[in-house]
Amino acid sequence: MTQIPQNKVSPRDSKLHGKHFDCVIIGAGMAGLASGIRLGLAGKESIILERHNASGGLNSFYSIDGHKYDVGLHALTNYVPKGTKGSPLTKLLRQLRIPYDALELSPQLQSKIHFPSCQLSFNNDFSYFESQVAEQFPNEIDGFCRLVETIKNYDAFSLDAPSTSTREALKQYFKNPLLESMLLCPTMYYGSSTENDMDFSQFVIMFRSLFLEGFARPLNGVRTIIKALQDKYRSLGGTRKMRCGVAKIICDGQRAQKLLLDDGSEITANKIISTAGYTETLRLCNNDKNQEHENNIGKLTFTETITLFKEQPKNLGWEDTIIFFNDSDHFRYEAPFSNLVDPQSGVICLPNNYAYPNEENLEYGILRITALAHTHKWFTLDETSYQEAKQDWYTILQKTALSILPSLNESQAEFASRTIAKDMFTPRTVHKFTGHINGAIYGCPNKVKDGRTHLDNLFIAGTDQGFLGIIGAMLSGISMTNLHCLQSKE
Amino acid sequence: MTEEQVKQIVIDIINEIAPDEDTSNLKSEVNLRDQMDLDSMDFLDIVMELRKQHGIEVPEEDYPKLASLDSCADYLTPKFNA
Repeated sequence: MTQIPQNKVSPRDSKLHGKHFDCVIIGAGMAGLASGIRLGLAGKESIILERHNASGGLNSFYSIDGHKYDVGLHALTNYVPKGTKGSPLTKLLRQLRIPYDALELSPQLQSKIHFPSCQLSFNNDFSYFESQVAEQFPNEIDGFCRLVETIKNYDAFSLDAPSTSTREALKQYFKNPLLESMLLCPTMYYGSSTENDMDFSQFVIMFRSLFLEGFARPLNGVRTIIKALQDKYRSLGGTRKMRCGVAKIICDGQRAQKLLLDDGSEITANKIISTAGYTETLRLCNNDKNQEHENNIGKLTFTETITLFKEQPKNLGWEDTIIFFNDSDHFRYEAPFSNLVDPQSGVICLPNNYAYPNEENLEYGILRITALAHTHKWFTLDETSYQEAKQDWYTILQKTALSILPSLNESQAEFASRTIAKDMFTPRTVHKFTGHINGAIYGCPNKVKDGRTHLDNLFIAGTDQGFLGIIGAMLSGISMTNLHCLQSKE
Repeated sequence: MTEEQVKQIVIDIINEIAPDEDTSNLKSEVNLRDQMDLDSMDFLDIVMELRKQHGIEVPEEDYPKLASLDSCADYLTPKFNA
């Protein structure tokens, strides 16, 4: 867990000391905020405790030298136009009673799966993707269409469905391994906590959210989404305490009895919803004896470079929104073996390339490049080597992206001269600001689908519970709160 | 309170929790789920609002009794008048 020094105040000075809540929520990320809104709507008294100074968790934001950066959120997946019935986005907004327009979503222009021998474009109109597959894989299109039918009808949310391999499942629909790799590249990059293969139900959820639904983004990025959630939570009377994590959960038999906070104060609650991560939460409990969860820690993590440059990307001929790339015909999704970063595959994101209203756009061009990273190697570097490694890998990833994006007819050095600002986050950054062990982005490999722990009144929501992405995280917060706090009797 | 008033209370709650649904021509005897895009999460919200706005408790095993406006009226009117 993140070790932020405890504030030097006496517990008696804290206004929280001795307070009791219907529910304490650990973490002000998407799941925690959504959970707080549900409790507020039910008239329950809740508090959200967040160790960091900004909300959002794995989808947050920061500023350096007056430039605003987003973390997480390349695209909000699961996008559907206003009024679409029955989709996750619509259900979620209804449960939170947040109007559709509050998210200020603008749809993507066009994205791409980029392999050396084949490229597939897609946008928010699925028939376009289908036509691309038909063009590039004429012998496989019937199988692909059968797969899409299966995906549309699949009960992906069944809690007791057996786990099945996506790679094996796809072989029942088509034979071409290149198409298999090209479908796995985006679905794994946007939500797989396991290496090289994923559970088929998870693949179904990702395929729907990326291809059958789509991508969108607010002009002001993740800030708009977080603000909508915070405003709603506040309007319902919810309390949020920033820079105040939970240091310990003190248990009495099967129940969490009280919470000891970073500032030394103690509070009590009927129920606790933790979005800090499964193992991260259990390590807080003073009776955490069963160590099985220590084998269920996510290890997949990423680095991302962010470059701000003078032009709008489309003026450079860069018209895609997101590009999922791989440098060979076979896609491997695994932590790098010997290097700090694996530049052989990754995701390029150009947040300027959304259809923002009134021809508005971001002030600068933004280029973000995400690639798989080696957790342990990043964590063990000393400070000087760490800074050097960031410089080196920034340059390598930049070179990789420039080789995939439409050619600029200029060298990397020339492009660098257009650069206004740059930054890079590593697994260390993710760990520092979210407390997630290993800086893992997609949480533990074996999800805790019912959210239960060894304590009767402590529940898990967020990435480790099961649903991924921004919409998934919010749905997790909603469904766990409904199940454990609103449906069940005290 | 009359059964018609109770039905109106349920309709008002649906308008509040699902503002994008059209409740103007609901048939009393037909299941709400067959006329609108409501799921179990929405029914939880109907129960939540009944408790918050009117102090009426609906235990989980009785949720099926809220299936249509008619069944809502049958089940809830005695509770409103109790």
